[in-house]
Amino acid sequence: MIEAELARSVQRWCKGATGVTGAAKLSGGASQETWRFDIVHPDGPVGAILRRSPKGYGAAPTRAAGLAAEAQLMQLAYEAGVPSPRVMHVLTPDEGLGTGFIMQRVEGETIARKILRDDEYAAARPQLARQIGGVLAGLHRLPLDKLPALRSRGATEEISEFERDYRSLNWPKPVFELALRWLRDHDPGPSAETTLVHGDFRNGNLIIGADGVRAVLDWELAHLGDPMEDLGWVCVNSWRFGEIDKPVGGFGSREELFAGYEAAGRPCNPARVKFWEVMGTLRWGIMCGGMMQRFREGPDHSMERAMIGRRASETEIDLLRLLSPRGI
Amino acid sequence: MQDEPPPIELTQAVADFLRNDIAPLISGHQAFKLRVAINILDLVTRQLTQEEGSNAKEVDRLRALLGMDGSVADLNRALAERIAKGEVDLATPGLAEHLWATTMDKLAVDQPNYASYKRELSRGG
Repeated sequence: MIEAELARSVQRWCKGATGVTGAAKLSGGASQETWRFDIVHPDGPVGAILRRSPKGYGAAPTRAAGLAAEAQLMQLAYEAGVPSPRVMHVLTPDEGLGTGFIMQRVEGETIARKILRDDEYAAARPQLARQIGGVLAGLHRLPLDKLPALRSRGATEEISEFERDYRSLNWPKPVFELALRWLRDHDPGPSAETTLVHGDFRNGNLIIGADGVRAVLDWELAHLGDPMEDLGWVCVNSWRFGEIDKPVGGFGSREELFAGYEAAGRPCNPARVKFWEVMGTLRWGIMCGGMMQRFREGPDHSMERAMIGRRASETEIDLLRLLSPRGI
Repeated sequence: MQDEPPPIELTQAVADFLRNDIAPLISGHQAFKLRVAINILDLVTRQLTQEEGSNAKEVDRLRALLGMDGSVADLNRALAERIAKGEVDLATPGLAEHLWATTMDKLAVDQPNYASYKRELSRGG
């Protein structure tokens, strides 16, 4: 029972804590889990989140930064005033909880469709594109010398890596081939500046409240690279959840995003952002293929995985809309 | 020849049973899984209805584009290779129209409610 181990853990590092209640698994694949629970404390309950790889699942997949790096990045972001949960504790092996960390629970909504439809967020929605620009500017300004060890990836390496992933699926798709050609023809080369890149900054990985962005989550794909990558990924059509005329997560325009980013003192390069949006659309399409493969080969033989495989075609229509738009 | 009712009517009957009789009885994660299951059956029904016609048209277009014959899978592989080699691109007459028609037929089966698809459909398919 996870509550017993969590109770022992919190009593070691949270002064006055007597135990935990309400532990519930929020999400989890085989290698990584997220749990919510409350720390029992004389001053009142403290909401907390556990992110961990259970015992025996220490190794991170190749693209992931790893949970230790994730904890470090979230704490750095929190200290720099980028909306992020405060990291309360990094797990140690003797606690028997696996590897990972415990962070403060930030109240709010992460489900993209609710954020885009519910009245509660109506006042925040028109502000979000610009606000996201400001948040990304803060994130890209985190000092490189304080970051944990991260992989470094520029545009050219990413094109090669995605091409290799795509070819390994043995899944010939003329539209993906066209996108790969376009990417090679429009490869902007190394960026003038290398910064921290979040890697999965999008509607669905943000905690939103009535007041706007409260926290940036899911730092596991963080790396060093072109800061414009994050601005392109947040515009990928799949993360607009039906609000296709509002490129920034279904919230607002690219102009608002760029204005927020520039107002926070950082320059934008719209041509690079467009490159990364095309790259991101292809990336999600190839990820759908990866899900199909995992479904077929067995590790996750779920209906959901199978159906994500059938979402590759949404990226094909979005790539065509980007690369070969039809008359208005 | 197999007897009737054909697969398309059978999958539809199962989907309708799950949707109308079972879905109201369950909640939580199981209800979510059930919705996924119903969506799968609906997708299979759409594919069984549309695939034969759309594949035939796709093969016709691919033959004209590539000047060769083969199965729909063979021809797609050949087109993918030619695009990869740079022998065929968006300046090639018929390529953009072919990719658009093929992709629209896929979305009609995979996700007929996807917003980009509905937008393009309203432009006349």
